[in-house]
Amino acid sequence: MEHIVIIGNGISGVTAARHIRKLSDKKITIVSAETDYFFSRTALMYVYMGHMKFEHTQPYENWFWKKNRIELKKGYVKNIDSKNKNLVFADNDTLAYDKLIIATGSKPNKFGWPGQDLKGVMGMYHKQDLDNLEKYAPNNKVCKRAVIVGGGLIGIELAEMLHSRHIPVTFLVREDSFWNGVLPDGESAMINREILRSGIDLRLGVNLKEIKSDGDGKATSVVIAETGEEIRCDVVGLTAGVSPNVDFIKDSDIEIGRGVKVNRFLETNIQDIYAIGDCAEQHEAIGSRRPIEAVWYTGRMMGETVAQTICGNRIEYKPGHWFNSAKFIDIEYQTYGWVWAQPKENESRFYWEHEDGTKCIHINYDKKTRAFIGINTFGIRMRHQFFDKVLTEKRSVEHVLEHLADANFDPEFYKLYEKEIVAKFNEENGTAIQLKKKSWKRIFA
Amino acid sequence: MKAIQNIGLVLFLVGLGIFTGSLFLGSFSLSESEVASFIESKGYKSEIIKDALTKAAVTEEELNIFQFSSRVRDAFQSSNDHYDALIAKYDAEKNWDKKGEQFQYKIYRKSHTLSYEVAKKAGAGFVKENAGLLWWLTFGLAIIGALLFILPNIVLLGKAGIKNNGIYHESSTNRGWIAWLVLVYLVTFYLVLYFMPDYAVNWTYILDPISKFLNGGEASQWFVYGFLYCIIMIVMAVRMYIKYRHNKYQVIRTTSVLFFQIVFAFLIPEIMASLNMPGYDFKNAFPLDYDFFFEWNLDSLRDSGAIGLFILVWGIVLTLIIVPVMVYFFGKRWYCSWVCGCGGLAETLGDPYRQHSSKKLVSWKLERWLIHSVLVFSLIMTLVTLYCYFTGTESFLGIKSQWIKDTYSFLIGAWFAGVIGTGFYPIFGNRVWCRFGCPLAAYLGLVQRFKSRFRITTNGGQCISCGNCSTYCEQGIDVRAYAQKGENIIRSSCVGCGVCSAVCPRGVLKLENGPEAGRINPTEILLGNDVDLMALVNQNNAK
Repeated sequence: MEHIVIIGNGISGVTAARHIRKLSDKKITIVSAETDYFFSRTALMYVYMGHMKFEHTQPYENWFWKKNRIELKKGYVKNIDSKNKNLVFADNDTLAYDKLIIATGSKPNKFGWPGQDLKGVMGMYHKQDLDNLEKYAPNNKVCKRAVIVGGGLIGIELAEMLHSRHIPVTFLVREDSFWNGVLPDGESAMINREILRSGIDLRLGVNLKEIKSDGDGKATSVVIAETGEEIRCDVVGLTAGVSPNVDFIKDSDIEIGRGVKVNRFLETNIQDIYAIGDCAEQHEAIGSRRPIEAVWYTGRMMGETVAQTICGNRIEYKPGHWFNSAKFIDIEYQTYGWVWAQPKENESRFYWEHEDGTKCIHINYDKKTRAFIGINTFGIRMRHQFFDKVLTEKRSVEHVLEHLADANFDPEFYKLYEKEIVAKFNEENGTAIQLKKKSWKRIFA
Repeated sequence: MKAIQNIGLVLFLVGLGIFTGSLFLGSFSLSESEVASFIESKGYKSEIIKDALTKAAVTEEELNIFQFSSRVRDAFQSSNDHYDALIAKYDAEKNWDKKGEQFQYKIYRKSHTLSYEVAKKAGAGFVKENAGLLWWLTFGLAIIGALLFILPNIVLLGKAGIKNNGIYHESSTNRGWIAWLVLVYLVTFYLVLYFMPDYAVNWTYILDPISKFLNGGEASQWFVYGFLYCIIMIVMAVRMYIKYRHNKYQVIRTTSVLFFQIVFAFLIPEIMASLNMPGYDFKNAFPLDYDFFFEWNLDSLRDSGAIGLFILVWGIVLTLIIVPVMVYFFGKRWYCSWVCGCGGLAETLGDPYRQHSSKKLVSWKLERWLIHSVLVFSLIMTLVTLYCYFTGTESFLGIKSQWIKDTYSFLIGAWFAGVIGTGFYPIFGNRVWCRFGCPLAAYLGLVQRFKSRFRITTNGGQCISCGNCSTYCEQGIDVRAYAQKGENIIRSSCVGCGVCSAVCPRGVLKLENGPEAGRINPTEILLGNDVDLMALVNQNNAK
């Protein structure tokens, strides 16, 4: 029986395993050094905040693996011996494979800051980071202040986490507005306000110079590069992005760039070795996507795709229209299609913000053809299916606004803003778009 | 703010302490003439009950309710024992006529109920004489204390939004010692209420003035329960309003359950009683209202003229037509989390415990067996009862009508719905009864599963499997298992509380009523994925 070995028990690896099992009787082993069972990384924050227990982050009960004949092995892979199709573990144990899927995910970036390996300095990515945080920041007596370095999605989540335990947080962001490499100005400013309003000490346009030690190897303060200001703290969170977790592959024959290089079929340069998820790097980016996509759902999709290939139906990885979501403290964010931080030459924008400053939408469309390109929505939930269809059918911005009521996905009885939004668009563009009533027929067509 | 909360907590505990302590106060005795008139009013034929009760209740001693109850129950017991001995004696003598005569002297009701009736007339002391003051020291203090504890959350919780911070760090909401203590208190409360009402007679004195005002009569233990139920729901609804103030669905839904509890379950029946009509809760549908077809109720309705007939017809129409039609259009939520009293308590008092429902697959299996068994049980019971009612026989299919009614009332009505259903909130979650036991929920669930426009729509591929939805599902549905596959959630047990949607950080879930077509969508339809791949995956699934 063919033995499929998957390194990494995250969403990509586990999805691949599940789908291989659905399609075949092959022997499947998942290897992980992090935890015994698959858990949802995105939910670690809720464990620290007390919304959930760790067990709640596990989507499958523990009997699931045995029942589906998916073997789990805990161990750290030190080396891949692709000639003999063999894995070597840190404890020198070995495991033979017929086909190998590398799904090792990411690791937090460290940029060589002095003091970056001190105790009390951590990322927020692995289960071990959570344990560390629990150790160094259990409450505001042990941790009198925390400093977070790096303003991305994980940074703001870590700030929210620490804030939930009433630990004062200083948030150092390199950019002069939060996440403005991705978000246009309006949205970025909205999140700046949201962070400040939560009582988090947001510092924009600053870089970390060094982390100082108390002499016993524990972090005691950080120094800001621009001002030289020293901030006393007990915990430093390093959240300046993530990069593929591929160091252990460096000595093998597998080609790597920043991540494991793969073609559209998620195959590496070595036969029978595949890479999926955060650690995979496309030779050439797909559409406007990045070559490395550290996103939950792309990991899942790659897992599904590679399972087909491994089970004899060689299939290309073809993600559909871009979408994503996040939550910035209390403001939910969804995006469908593309809304770049800066408009491209052919693009025109429509921005509407609610007077309370916590809801907005930002639509991107083609100046000439009027084709809808993408939408950012903050504080209003929208229907994925609606925009997926709109993008596939290459509809116009007018079509989208006309049918905006169909797109709404907020809970029942919520106040609707479509009229206001359409009115603003009409006013700005001299159009006469009439908002159509929500239609179940269209929604479920 | 924290200080205000602490003061509130202290006031609440003092109020609760006095409320509990008040049971131990007062003294109980009757005069000879009171005993005589009591026995006459009850029409007891026993020749020795008068002596026995006089000996037990006419006393100079200062008896508390427990001592008094024990003596009164012994008195009734001694009377019954006396006639049992005679029955045995005549039986041995084969004197059938004499034996047959003895049964009329026996007093058949439950001993604590008999004792309650005597005690209600026998009490004296501080509580009874100062009902108003005691109301303020118990209900008043507890309400004020609870509100002082709850209201500062407007500030303490921070901006409106999902604030479940620390739920699993607190002893009270993480099955710690406080939770167990609350469980013991609630279970004890229900045991007293259902099985030892005489012990709670002092509580009825506190509410006598309110009861007299509402329906002209003195308060019974059921009036105490109904009043307490409303008060608890109001106070805990304030908590819901603050916690979910950003979520209009929750705000409106909470207002709805509150309205139906106060007006339909409490006020209307009380007012009807004061007008000499049968007190009826117009929203309480059979088979949750399991004694609707009991003889005593049918007789009472028959004797109540036009209103009785109306209630009879309404009760049948409610169960057979209104309930399923509404479930078709809105899902079972219209009843379970918008109207129902059990649901109302679960959604207010029980909200802090919603995360404790088990999401394990075995629990789901147990749920399906249990709840449908209770439904079958209730239907068989009603069938037997109605058959016996109309034919005048005592049993049907070898099942004694009285036996099956008593068994159901005891096991399901008292133990499952009350003692376990509410008592176990702090450890097993707030919907134990609704999920595992309620026959009406089982019925609504069947309609919802197979013929309804209601579904929880999963928003394409946005799910990140975080598990907030599953954790906070009070019905123990593993919502995530569906959401992460892009599948809509169609489950018979879903009561549509909307909290999964509220706690979702990515806007993935929406409760909605729409066309039946496409309601149950294929699994693995992750939007945003390659369309061809999805078609392939689903094709394989179908095989």
